[in-house]
Amino acid sequence: MSRDNSYEAIMSRKNEIMKKAVGIDYNEFEREGIAFDYEEMMRKTGYSLDQIIEIEKNTSIGNTPVYELKNLTKLARKLSPSGKGARIFLKDEAANPSGSFKARRAAVSVYHAKKLGYKGVVAATSGNYGAAVASQAAMQGLKCIIIQECYDSMGKGQPEIIEKARKCEAYGAEVIQLTVGPELFYTFLKVLDETGYFNASLYTPFGVAGIETVGYELATWFRENENRDPDMVVVTNAGGGNLTGTARGLRKAGAKGTTIVGASVDLTGLHMASDSQFNKKSFTTGHTGFGVPFSTNPDRSDVPRSAARPLRYMDRYVTVSQGEVFYMTEALAMVEGLERGPAGNTAVTAAFDLAKQMDEDKMIVVQETEYTGAGKHVSAQLSFARENGISIEIGDPVNQVPGENIILPKHPSLIKAKELDMMKLKKSYIKNLKSDKSFSDKELEFIKDETRLSIEEIEKIVEQL
Amino acid sequence: MIAKKGDWVRIHNIVLQPDKRASHLPDDTKKCPLEMWVKGFLVTEEACIDDEVVIETYIGRKMEGTLIEFNPSYQHTFGDYIPELSYIGNQLRAILGGEDSE
Repeated sequence: MSRDNSYEAIMSRKNEIMKKAVGIDYNEFEREGIAFDYEEMMRKTGYSLDQIIEIEKNTSIGNTPVYELKNLTKLARKLSPSGKGARIFLKDEAANPSGSFKARRAAVSVYHAKKLGYKGVVAATSGNYGAAVASQAAMQGLKCIIIQECYDSMGKGQPEIIEKARKCEAYGAEVIQLTVGPELFYTFLKVLDETGYFNASLYTPFGVAGIETVGYELATWFRENENRDPDMVVVTNAGGGNLTGTARGLRKAGAKGTTIVGASVDLTGLHMASDSQFNKKSFTTGHTGFGVPFSTNPDRSDVPRSAARPLRYMDRYVTVSQGEVFYMTEALAMVEGLERGPAGNTAVTAAFDLAKQMDEDKMIVVQETEYTGAGKHVSAQLSFARENGISIEIGDPVNQVPGENIILPKHPSLIKAKELDMMKLKKSYIKNLKSDKSFSDKELEFIKDETRLSIEEIEKIVEQL
Repeated sequence: MIAKKGDWVRIHNIVLQPDKRASHLPDDTKKCPLEMWVKGFLVTEEACIDDEVVIETYIGRKMEGTLIEFNPSYQHTFGDYIPELSYIGNQLRAILGGEDSE
């Protein structure tokens, strides 16, 4: 008997398919109303930090080098008032086997899938995570399917995504490429249903716990080399897992005083599910199109409860523009000798401006880089932007309009990280909970953990809704 | 060109016709079908471009679709030379190489 594979039928079997595909009973952690026990979920379904270090070591992941970006620090000091200009550091996650920090997330998921006896893993991603899952599946001997949102209705795809497909296929994965639309999730469920493979979602406790080692390694490196914790860590923010994992790792290492800053490319105004706007984006990740909705509504992901909950950890959230990131990508290559992929340099760009606002004796860290190459390169992405009618200018990035132009700053002093209002994000988070009745005490406690606001502040926001 | 069983090919098919797509979509996306592309080894004995075929993907799954490419290759590149980028390196070196440079 063949199963009904229509959109409605698959979507209605969502919970049943998911339960089989992740091996976690999320109901176990549900508490009251909107509340669930996040820490209990992380503890009971995940692995300890020591176990994760061991799992990652088995495929030579982690212990990536830390570079002090001395020339960018010098540049920041030249452009800031005397006494300002923190030392800028970079953790080179491109040194991981698949070329990004995502290898850490994938290692734990693939290890877990194998331990549970799954024959293969499936991930829905256009990006570095797909490459990481494919690489880990190859290393650990599982089959792998990567599902990508790749083309618009004209069959035109962004070079960055096409490069990632190449990389996945190089590791022996099956790559399913789709046109634009949220029904990527439908295809994903259908594939999970057909294959019985493991859902290597970015948002399971394994996917997030795998990153904790980055935070832990950073704290350890700074203690060993600088005798103290870094003052600020800047994380490129998309789905929130990178920020959550890094911050958790820093906390587990005891680095409680380190400020955690999220950074995204500002793509305000571009609709993520729009066929005609799809190729107007010259960035496929690390932008506000993911960063903002995933911060204010973390459970919109592909598992019932997301382990990526950035508002629990984010102290500040800043945005930069594409032109600024492309400029800093050139800067990293030209004066630091590090040619790395643009999307990962979002945090470098933010850190450069943030360093100018900090005292010279402070230390700011960018916690990742990603590999670069054909398709994932400044010139490839700018060529594609130009083909899609985006003008490339040299001027003041403040005039940049996403989807219309990309403005390379005519001088590095014009690189500015724009502060997002954290209170506004927290208010949106509460609004997204959409409860008609008032929250119970248990629910208020949960919101308090989620937003780091006081009960009084939460009650005041709820009243205003 | 005729592709033979075992050849590496690329297929295309429609996953959802426009009227079968999710309800909450922007208007431009709603008008388009959800399309899919996959590569694999041809299972069908012989086929030409535009034929309906069966393939076996690299991990051994069978899939059906329209044959669109024979020996599919990657065409993405580092892009064109972007003259707008060329000032950056020297600008930064000039700023850094000022009076207090080593």
